[in-house]
Amino acid sequence: MPNLTIAVASGKGGTGKTTVATNLTVALAREGLDVAYVDCDVEEPNGHIFLQPTVDREEEARVAIPSIDPDICTGCGECSDFCQYNALAVLGPSVMLFPELCHSCGGCRLVCPEKAITEIPKTVGRVRTGTSHEAGFIDGTLEVGATQIHPVTSLVRRTVGSHQCAVIDAPPGTTCPTIEAVRDVDYVVLVTEPTPFGLNDLELAVGMVRELGLRFGVVINRSDIGDDRVETFCIRENIPVLLSIPYDLECARAYAGGHLAIDRSETFRHMMVDLYHRVEEGAHD
Amino acid sequence: MIIVISAQDNTPESRVDPRFGRAAYFLAYNTEDGRYTAVANEQNVMAAQGAGIQAAQAVVALHPDLVVSGNVGPKAFRALSAAKVKVALWSEGTVAEAIELVKANKLQAADGANVEGHWM
Ligand code: SF4
Ligand code: SF4
Repeated sequence: MPNLTIAVASGKGGTGKTTVATNLTVALAREGLDVAYVDCDVEEPNGHIFLQPTVDREEEARVAIPSIDPDICTGCGECSDFCQYNALAVLGPSVMLFPELCHSCGGCRLVCPEKAITEIPKTVGRVRTGTSHEAGFIDGTLEVGATQIHPVTSLVRRTVGSHQCAVIDAPPGTTCPTIEAVRDVDYVVLVTEPTPFGLNDLELAVGMVRELGLRFGVVINRSDIGDDRVETFCIRENIPVLLSIPYDLECARAYAGGHLAIDRSETFRHMMVDLYHRVEEGAHD
Repeated sequence: MIIVISAQDNTPESRVDPRFGRAAYFLAYNTEDGRYTAVANEQNVMAAQGAGIQAAQAVVALHPDLVVSGNVGPKAFRALSAAKVKVALWSEGTVAEAIELVKANKLQAADGANVEGHWM
């Protein structure tokens, strides 16, 4: 377990979450910190585009799904009655599995009176480990057609290992995949924009982290393009605004070209280091 | 032959229910003896996921040769195909009208699902 695990999250996509997570990681690595970037957005991992990692290990995330022996199965329907997720259909004398609906609870195997069900592994994702710009790199990718996000995210989290600091790029939103990515972290950085939509999504994200009992603060990206309602909200709710990033052409251009903004702007690099110090203080007080 | 039709109510005068997985009823019609059997589909109307699959299971248990419904998702279609049940997509009238169309050979069996599932 790292000494400090920071999750970078946002109520919706496109707020600059990945920009903050990738640049923060590399800025810290250049300060000499043993840090890793951890992409938990397994449905759409994109940190690798900016970090261009050298991958040296890949592991499969697997779940167990039932396999039904048609020679033993009598079509009694016990398994299908039991399955809460409607993943099994008894069709005449045989049973059909819909693996995309299976939650690997193992129950059907236990209830089958004929012992016709065994479990077989199914690969639902891949977790890659490597390095990028002196920082550790870990990301997870859900297999095409697979719906089991949780086991992939959880393998990503377990793969982090013993870096001093881990920066988690959490999937946007406030539902299960995000919760799984931010669970038990030391601090959550919520990235938002100063627009009515940004505020609305921020309110949802704040609700989520409060519910989880996590320490958190806000980064306002493109801070000069909207109104001051996000700031007013943060003051009223006593939420620290860790950093305001003005709309900077250099950053936007770096993003579009798949580069790191800290390589283009010394100001931005300083901002990332300052952000880290604010987070560190916030996480330990 | 046995024809199963998704229906909004449990009589031959009911409209064909355009939904398969979340249909209110299934009516099975036996062309041999002209009798109807109605099966309520309540538990599936409320299912969070896999309603189409469970509906297919309930329908297959009626041993149909053909199913008539407005919209059949990919998983339900897979299940029905595995059980060698043909599917005709039609919901413009009543159950009785659907049966007349089938008897007159005016409904074509579909070769694939016509709607995306509710949950992928
Ligand atoms: S393992 Fe659980 S979820 Fe999967 S098919 Fe069996 S009963 Fe359903
Ligand atoms: S419980 Fe076992 S025997 Fe019964 S339908 Fe399921 S697999 Fe077949």
